[in-house]
Amino acid sequence: MAHINTINTRNLHESAVNGGCGECQTSCQSASKTSCSVANQKCEQCKKNND
Amino acid sequence: MVHLYKNNGYNIVIDANSGCVHSVDDVAYDMIGLFETLDKQTLIDTVLKKYADNPAVDEKELEEIYADIIALKESKQLFSEDEFAEFQWDFKKRNSVLKAICLHVAHDCNLACKYCFAGKGEYNGEKALMSYETGKQALDFLVANSGTRHNLEVDFFGGEPLMNFEVVKQLTAYGRSLEKKHNKNFRFTLTTNGILVDDEVIDFCNREMSNVVLSIDGRKCVNDRMRVSRNGLGSYDIILPKFQDFIAKRGQRDYYLRGTYTGFNKDFAADILHLADLGFRELSMEPVVCDPKEEYALHEEDVPALCEQYQILADEMLRRKREKNGFTFYHYMIDLMGGPCIAKRISGCGVGVEYMAVTPAGELYPCHQFVSEERFLLGNVWDGVLHPEVLNEFKLCNVYAHEECKDCFALLYCSGGCAANAYHSTGDITGVYKLGCELHKKRIECAIMLKVAEQTEGLEE
Repeated sequence: MAHINTINTRNLHESAVNGGCGECQTSCQSASKTSCSVANQKCEQCKKNND
Repeated sequence: MVHLYKNNGYNIVIDANSGCVHSVDDVAYDMIGLFETLDKQTLIDTVLKKYADNPAVDEKELEEIYADIIALKESKQLFSEDEFAEFQWDFKKRNSVLKAICLHVAHDCNLACKYCFAGKGEYNGEKALMSYETGKQALDFLVANSGTRHNLEVDFFGGEPLMNFEVVKQLTAYGRSLEKKHNKNFRFTLTTNGILVDDEVIDFCNREMSNVVLSIDGRKCVNDRMRVSRNGLGSYDIILPKFQDFIAKRGQRDYYLRGTYTGFNKDFAADILHLADLGFRELSMEPVVCDPKEEYALHEEDVPALCEQYQILADEMLRRKREKNGFTFYHYMIDLMGGPCIAKRISGCGVGVEYMAVTPAGELYPCHQFVSEERFLLGNVWDGVLHPEVLNEFKLCNVYAHEECKDCFALLYCSGGCAANAYHSTGDITGVYKLGCELHKKRIECAIMLKVAEQTEGLEE
């Protein structure tokens, strides 16, 4: 077994080039209202690509 | 920076700057932990000594692991630098594009929940319902200030928005009438305490609301201690059957049952599991935010016990997931592949810039938690932003504005935390609400553990 297993994650460096469209949900529009849950939001571009 | 932790049998390494996550064995865990403090040979000797009783661990193997660490470092997946802080993110000059409003259609409530940050629905002001004309102007204001954004969000909020249901219906219809003309897509949401939910509300919401947030705190004894009517009676028996009916008709999608836990139920994992056992699948539970003098307040000394509850919840969620009986907890919904881009993570929740709250009278505030704080009044829906200095303050409130967050592994998960919580606990929107921060870090650790387990054990849907 490998000693280090890298989990699939989004490459944030690449997202610096392609991201920033602003179409994603605002975190307090979902279930937050009293905390900042930016990381819980989905990227609209990724969603579109998966559809 | 690199954050290492052990959780539920997994050794997890988070490379905070790149967002990369690694699941490692014990030997690699020790080597990564020592990597930055020891030279190669000393590191290998130290680890060899620790595993002297384990014949499977030899120098050749440690050399290989060391080479793997170097390779990951070179590919910026481990010990990566923070390259984003150097980017020319000129936040002050960025255009203000509004994309979401929290529409306070009712500053009135038919419950009197004891912990309500909205002062029993009235936000420390007078009872008021938003008129259709004011709401219509708010939607026009949103469209006019949304630039090229296609998706616009409107949350019907209160108080209790169903106390002004006719206006909610009228405004939804008005919003729909604007979509084609302006090339916009309205995503309406509604947050309700459930008291006025009936068949008409359910049918309307299931047709028009892209998400509904239904408030209930969990077990009957817990819910009924805080979520009470004006004459002190608990609400559980009234709202639970309505919520069950609501979700049965909606299908298990696009909703949250959302609760608040307080110092009275520090064993809140039991409340979340209670709701899951009732058949609800989309759950959220937030720590109460209130004056620390309140008897139900949470305090920093509660953090270890509260973190234990998050762990109990995560372990149980994984157990149920393995049995194909899983449910969703909002704070554990981290999508490692399809989560937010770096621009979003740096700029934060958008308070006061992308997101504003509108009062029944049409006043604009940076968010629902700032409503009635005169110092943060932005303007109104007819005249727009009249206090650009307030707007500018929030434009600069990005992740790097929080001095204390600079060395935190969770920096790009919480974006520096909630500005309202920071303000109410420190007097500064760029401060840090320490209690919330510690809980958030634990939630992120648990959320990532669950993702690691899902990928490792093939539990992904």
